[in-house]
Amino acid sequence: MDIPYNVEPRPDTGLYNAKLGIWLFLASEVMLFGALFSSYVLLRTGAPAGTWHHGREFLNVPLATLNTIILIASSVTMVMSWASLKLNDFKKFRLYLGVTFLCGVGFLAIKAIEYSTKFHHGYFPKSNTFLAIYFTLTGLHVLHVIGGMIVNGYFAGPGAKMWRTEPERFTNRIEVAGLYWHFVDLVWIFLFPTLYLL
Amino acid sequence: MALVDERAHGHHEAHHHEEPGFWTKYVFSQDHKVIGIQYGFTALIFLLFGFTLMMMMRWSLAYPNQPIPLVGGLFKATGGIIVPEFYNQLGAMHGTIMVFLGIVPLAVGAFGNYLVPLQIGAPDMAFPKLNMASYWSYFVGGVVMLASFFAPGGAAQSGWTSYPPLSDIAPSGQTMWLFGMLFLIISSVLGSTNFIVTIIQLRAPGLTWMRLPFFVWAQFVTSFLLLLAFPALQAAAILQMMDRLAHTSFFLPSGLVVSGQQLAVSGGGSPLLWQHLFWFLAHPEVYVLILPAFGIIAEVIANNTRKPLWGYRSMVWAITFLGFMSFIVWAHHMFMTGMGTIMSTFFQTTTMIISIPSVIVLTALIISLWGASIRYTVPMLFALAFLPMFAIGGLTGLPLGLAPTDIHLHDTYYVIGHFHYVVAPGTIFAMFAGIYYWFPKLTGRSMSTTLGHLHFWPSFLFINGIFMPMFIQGMAGVSRRLYDGGASYSHAQGVLHWNTFMSASAWLLGLAQIPFILNLFWSMWKGKKVGSNPWEATTLEWAATTSPPLAHGNFTVIPTAVRGPYDYSLPGAPQDFVPQHQEG
Repeated sequence: MDIPYNVEPRPDTGLYNAKLGIWLFLASEVMLFGALFSSYVLLRTGAPAGTWHHGREFLNVPLATLNTIILIASSVTMVMSWASLKLNDFKKFRLYLGVTFLCGVGFLAIKAIEYSTKFHHGYFPKSNTFLAIYFTLTGLHVLHVIGGMIVNGYFAGPGAKMWRTEPERFTNRIEVAGLYWHFVDLVWIFLFPTLYLL
Repeated sequence: MALVDERAHGHHEAHHHEEPGFWTKYVFSQDHKVIGIQYGFTALIFLLFGFTLMMMMRWSLAYPNQPIPLVGGLFKATGGIIVPEFYNQLGAMHGTIMVFLGIVPLAVGAFGNYLVPLQIGAPDMAFPKLNMASYWSYFVGGVVMLASFFAPGGAAQSGWTSYPPLSDIAPSGQTMWLFGMLFLIISSVLGSTNFIVTIIQLRAPGLTWMRLPFFVWAQFVTSFLLLLAFPALQAAAILQMMDRLAHTSFFLPSGLVVSGQQLAVSGGGSPLLWQHLFWFLAHPEVYVLILPAFGIIAEVIANNTRKPLWGYRSMVWAITFLGFMSFIVWAHHMFMTGMGTIMSTFFQTTTMIISIPSVIVLTALIISLWGASIRYTVPMLFALAFLPMFAIGGLTGLPLGLAPTDIHLHDTYYVIGHFHYVVAPGTIFAMFAGIYYWFPKLTGRSMSTTLGHLHFWPSFLFINGIFMPMFIQGMAGVSRRLYDGGASYSHAQGVLHWNTFMSASAWLLGLAQIPFILNLFWSMWKGKKVGSNPWEATTLEWAATTSPPLAHGNFTVIPTAVRGPYDYSLPGAPQDFVPQHQEG
């Protein structure tokens, strides 16, 4: 017996299982990053006056701005890839998802440059509490980016076979992967001002 | 309905081809029933192990600095004596194992997994692969925790709460504790997502929210607590891991002196931050421990009183409200931290408010007994014992929730007595009730009533023998953290004699579990064969499936619910129970 509402939405909830599942998972992720952001706020406001180091002392704002643009662009292409499937255009789907993946690569490359510059200057997580929270938050975010790229890469590559056999289910999968990717993007949009600018 | 049937038949052939092999059938199974049983056995083993740690601790408390008999050979280095450092490991790991590896996996992983799909008329959980991943993540987490005993310096020893700065500078067992915890958190996030989606999406036709068995409601609220509270501990564990491995100072204040030397760290961190993050998880976690127990007790009581639950709707609203409130009471664990009177007032107020829904549930369950012709089955005995035991646990919590009284009682044996009354004769008795009650569902056989009585009565007696004197010791001010049970403190001398009494009770309680273990295995193969619905129950898991249920898909035809979950003793009905899917 197959599991109901795997593909088609349940009439009274209007959702298929995976879509509800990803929203719940993202709620849990909000709590995870929320707890870390709260820790950041508490550590910063609790620091004795004049002892807190600010992001602008260490961080490269132009590079981070570029990264913000890249991630926002990747969210747009992610939606385009899903929309292309809805329009039955598999070629465009693959193009847009490929671009999304490449944006992820670009983001990681810039992040790697930032990290290595920091290390080069002797800035490590143990140097001070700002750098500790900076490396923790961005490091966790990078892990999320990598996770999303693995999923996107799989669907652009070997996972795309499903399009021929179960197109509707495959389209759903892209939608779910997209919701996750937008969340990863959103986390960065919070990280950028709170770490780099404030 | 028709749609489901059609698809079931359409895929019938496809399923016949893939007769699963041993590994996919019993080990890496994606079937919720097998995963439930895996969770159940693993959790029971961990419960026994955690209990054994406690029996060792009780030796040290009653006979400090004396070689322990039987297992003393395991630690020859100290001549079989439980030294304070080792006692700390036993304490930290007893708590961790009981809560995270024993009760929660048993209550949610085992009972929830096995029963929720059956009770809501679903062929399986919504995400079978995630379900399997959830179990194996739990398993790995458990193995890491156990392995930490062999780490240099031993297992975690900073209490189950892992308070920094002690935990930040503890030996490497603490790092393994954190890694193990990450696996357990992943397991719980996967599991709780799965439960919520299953309950929302896979309810059988006609099974509206107010027709759900109370057990399903309890699992539903529990899953939300797990989903939204555990990430706070995940965040805390990540930060502590950074402190330990990358030498950051999230939880290390400036100028911290360890063994006469100032610690060479940047400082500027806050030990209290850990406490906030930890209790943001751990208070909802308390309700994760008790809500599934409420669910089990409600099912057992409705069935054995042959009456509908009194106040089913108020019980549902009570636990929903309790779920929300459990997120804003955490700092009542922290009255002693000097967080200020405004904070304390806020958290005492919310704590007093959250006691109301628990009282509603308990009251509804007690009133359900009123005027019933009760069947005194073994599960019902455990359920009946649960009511006063949980009441003692709950009521003794009130003085701890009020800052003035908590100042005296904080960190004494009173606290240990309080929460053990909630989780041991409370939750664990509910788990036993559930095991005796649903055993025929899993096996088609019933457990022995004689052995059941041999299990219940001594357990009931001795468990009170352990925990009741703790209130006396606690009010006398005996600290909960001492390896010698207070022998070195003058204020403890007057209540010290209780230590041998409590320890003897603990070991006798251990002996009282032997009939249960025998019963469990003996009944699996030799127990009396019973029909599909031996308790004459109304809910779908009994009424609409065979015992044991079908291996694939649970139901031959997905039932349609036409009535509430507890239509017992309906006037005019031919029998004293009307199954949920049966037309009047």
